[in-house]
This record gives sequence, C-alpha cells and structure tokens, in this order.
Amino acid sequence: MSNAPVDNGRRRFLTAATSVVGGVGVVGVAVPFIGSWNPSARAKAAGAPVEVNVGKIEPGQLVRAEWRGKPVYVVRRTEKIVADLGNHEAQLRDPNSEEPQQPEYAKNAHRSINPEIMVALGVCTHLGCAPTHHKGDFEQHVAGVTDGFFCPCHGSKFDMAGRVFSGVPAPTNLMVPEHSFPKADTLLIGVAPGEA
Amino acid sequence: MNNFLAWIEQRLPVMEAMNKHVVQYPAPKNFNFWYFFGSLAMLVLVNQILTGIWLTMNYEPSGDGAFASIEYIMRDVDYGWLLRYMHSTGASAFFVVVYLHMFRGLMYGSYQKPRELLWIFGMLIFLVLMAEAFMGYLLPWGNMSYWGAQVIISLFGAIPVVGEDLATWIKGDYVISGATLNRFFALHVIALPLVLVILVFLHILALHEVGSNNPEGTSIKKPKGSVKPEEISKFKYHKQYSEKYDIVDAIPFHPYYTVKDIMGVAGFLILFCWVMFFAPEGGGYFLEAPNFTPANGLKTPEHIAPVWYFGPFYTILRVIPDKLIGMIMMFAAIGVLFALPWFDRGTVKSVRYRSKWHLLNLTQFAICFIVLGILGTMPASDTANLIGVIASFGYFGFFVAIWFYSKNENTKPVPERIIK
Repeated sequence: MSNAPVDNGRRRFLTAATSVVGGVGVVGVAVPFIGSWNPSARAKAAGAPVEVNVGKIEPGQLVRAEWRGKPVYVVRRTEKIVADLGNHEAQLRDPNSEEPQQPEYAKNAHRSINPEIMVALGVCTHLGCAPTHHKGDFEQHVAGVTDGFFCPCHGSKFDMAGRVFSGVPAPTNLMVPEHSFPKADTLLIGVAPGEA
Repeated sequence: MNNFLAWIEQRLPVMEAMNKHVVQYPAPKNFNFWYFFGSLAMLVLVNQILTGIWLTMNYEPSGDGAFASIEYIMRDVDYGWLLRYMHSTGASAFFVVVYLHMFRGLMYGSYQKPRELLWIFGMLIFLVLMAEAFMGYLLPWGNMSYWGAQVIISLFGAIPVVGEDLATWIKGDYVISGATLNRFFALHVIALPLVLVILVFLHILALHEVGSNNPEGTSIKKPKGSVKPEEISKFKYHKQYSEKYDIVDAIPFHPYYTVKDIMGVAGFLILFCWVMFFAPEGGGYFLEAPNFTPANGLKTPEHIAPVWYFGPFYTILRVIPDKLIGMIMMFAAIGVLFALPWFDRGTVKSVRYRSKWHLLNLTQFAICFIVLGILGTMPASDTANLIGVIASFGYFGFFVAIWFYSKNENTKPVPERIIK
C-alpha cells in the first residue's frame, strides 16, 4: 500500500467524473427501455388511410369506418341539417372551431370539405367514449335541435358538425381527422387534400 | 438439531430477527377490532400472489387470446374458476381491508409524529395497489376492461403539450390494443408486485422502529428510569426496545396478537368465502356485467363505471367540468392524504381525546368518502353531480379544516398510561 498523502482534489475529481460518466450511462441504458414503449412498426403500419364510398350513404345516414382502431363517423347531412347548424351557435362552447380539433381546411361552418359529408372521430373528447347518433330525436337532450350526438358515459352533447354544447364535461369539439376526396364519391380518411 | 440452529444463527441471525419483530416485539395491550386489518391485508396479499401465479399458468396475454383464455380458465381448467374468483374477490377484499386500515390510522392519529414515514410508506402501498388493480382489470380483455382503461389513459391526454404523445406512448399504439394489454400484464405480474412486497417490508420495518400506536394514542415506551420497576411490563422484550425505554402496558406480539389475528382471519375468511362462493360477481360491483363480452373498440358500454374501490376518486374526476382540472383534483385527492401528517398540526393522536370538531370533521369525511364512492358507480345525472360536488368539498374540506383547528385545539387530557 502506498503511503503517499491523500490528494483530496484529485479524489473529488475522480468521484465526480465517475458519477457523471455513470449518469450518462444510466440515461443511455434508459433509452431502449423507454423507446420500446412507442408504437411498433406494425402498429404504425396499421395506421394507414381508409377509404369510404360515400356515394352509397343515404341522406341523414351515419356510417362508421375504422381508422387506426378508432371509429370515424361519416354522415351524409341533409340540406335541412346543414342549414340548421347556424341556429344554435349561442349554445355551443366553440361554434367557430377556434380549438385545433380539425385541419385548417375544415375550419369552417360545417367543419368539413364537403358541406354534405360530415367526418369526425366518434370518440368523445371527454374520456373517449363513443357518442350515440340521435337522428331526429335529439330534442330530448337539447330543446330545438333535432339532430345531434349524445355521449352515454357522462352526458356530453355535440351537434351535427361535431361541435360541443356548453355545460357538458367534454372540453372540445369532436376531432375531425385529415380527409380528402380523391374522387367525387370516395372519401379517404387519414390523408389531407393534395397529399399522397 | 440445536447445533445446526446455532450454526445457522451465527451466519444469518434468523432467531434474532424473529425475536425482534415477532416474539419479543412489544405491542400495546389495548388493540381493538380496528387492528385486524394490517395482518388481513398481508393475508390478502399472499392470496393475490399465490392465485395470481397460478392464473398466469393458463392465461394468455394477447389481444386475440386473453378473453378466450379467461373462459378456458373458468370452464376447462380444474379449479380454474376457484382460483380466478379467489383472485377477483381478493382484489375487492384488499381494498376493503386497506380502506379500513387507513381509517383506523385516521381515527387514532397513527400518521402523526413520529409515524409520518410509516404513513407515507402506507400511502405508497395504496398507490401501487391502485395501479395494480387498474392494470389487472384490463387483463380479462372484456369490454369494461377496455373502456375503463380507455377512460383512464385518455386522462393523460389532457396534460398540455405532451399529453397526446404520452397517452400514445403508454398505450404503445394509437388505441388500446394487444400491445397495451401485454405491457399491463408485465407490470401487473412482475414489476408492481415486486415493488409492493418491498414497500410492505419497509412499512413493517418503519412500524417496528417507531412502535405501534394504539386506540388511546399514548406511548408504551417511557424514558428509561421514569417508571417504577414494578410497573414495567413483565414480559421479555428484545433488547433493542427494552434497553432504550421502560416499556409499560405492552404484551409481546407473539403469542398474544398472533392468536388475536388468527381470530380475525377466521372471521374474515368466513365473509370472504361467502362472497367467493355465493356472490363472486359482488352484485356487478366486483366483476361488471359488460366485462362478460369481449373488448370492442367500436362499442362503448351503456354506462362506464369503475370498479367500486375507485368510485370516490372517479366521482371527483367527473364532477369537475374541466378535464385537466378534474384530473389534477383526482390525483390531489390522493396527494392530500400523503400530506396529512403535516395538515394535522395537533399533538393529541386519538379521536377519543380530541375536540368535538375533530370528531365531526372525521365523521363528515367518512360520509363524504362513502357518498363519493356510491356516486362513482352510478350513471351521471344533474342531481348526482350536485351531490358529488358537495361531497368533494367535504373530502378536501377535511384537510383544510384540520389544518385550522388542530393548531389550538381544545383537547382532553390524555392519560399517561393505558387503563381502558
């Protein structure tokens, strides 16, 4: 054993240097553990766009498509429904779609590219339940509004553009996914117009 | 034989540890009914671990196979139904005994100085237990499993900026899928039980360091030399306790409380078996009806209700119209319990010797907790919402009130010794 006097400065430096290198090592080792929780390549591939033939949807009818495992509501709105959208805006939390719950090209009165076709995720923005479509019998939930969506979980209400009524737990309008019409009657969910 | 034991003792002091923690551990002589629930919680923990290991032998953790493998366990595996019902009834029983155990701590001030750390370990156990129960409930892959997890995981989406990415990261997919199920399975059967067992170990070590409280809230450890020799407890205690203190009004944990706890175990098992054999679904509160249909991401159950033991916290979440604030308050409801030793500025422990205000406050807290729990399992309505808001105020009000009155509380004199 050496009898040389202890060099405290050197000892502190070595302790600090070892700790720093060890700390960097711990961070490095954490990367694969945390990274492996991300969606796998297979899960990402399952997120591919989905096609819906809207030509076959009757006026007023709702069709459910599945995109990334989530239900997408596609409704062919009647002219009356589109016209009625403006009548209850005072009762809505975000009538002008200020919250970024839709792509820029759907930030309009009917929240879609085509006024006739409503496209929205059927996932309540409160806690992710699926709202029920009320066709013509929505007045039991909101007086004076004939059509809308009612979430059975916690009673959130949405109109036929997926806009949320005030005074319910859901904080924002229903999410409108990226969508486009490569052909007149073909709705492509998951791809913005001009993309792909 | 004795030589063999001595050989072991020299290398690993097993008997020494047994004496210190069981045979020569001084426990107050006045433990009552409320002191059953600590040992019962350990019993249930053993039950969960044992039945859990056996369930994994036939369970298939995958989105395609999970639901069918539960049916297989229930119908085709010998005694599979019994092992599963032991596990599912055990989950509810765990929360029953833990809630009673915690309420005992509230009544007798067992969280107060010097037992703050003991209380915090207990709260950590409670937290891990809730995570364990939540993840375990996804594993049958029934429709309520699925949507319950959907509701809770989407809470993380409310966190500003990183929320959505965080929720996706937790799920390992854009929706709850087999990937989510598999990681929950791993956490449920390995990671969290390991943490739980370690925390229970630390909880007991911390308890034995500071000693058990009792319904009177008086200490059984008096300063060395302050007690007349004839009044010191006649039993033999481990020197770690008897060398530092004069121990009064105590009995050794074994055989006195081991025997008492066996009595509690007998009573508990009668109730437990009754539920397990005659009402394993607990009237739809232990196993919910929608969970008998497989998970379906496109079809929400009519009414998503958490299992009963999450009811109180779920009600606090949903009576608040703002998602983020609702989530913060739900976690705060657990957080304030952690901080209880510092909200309570009093020095008198037991409710028996504290003010009428404290008794009133504790009673309203218990009532609010139960009301919140009942509301949590019921569908949302305006009336339920209003009651829920009031009960939430009562819940948080307990902590605010105790902080105010405990500073200069009008308490009764606490007896020096345990006479009751």
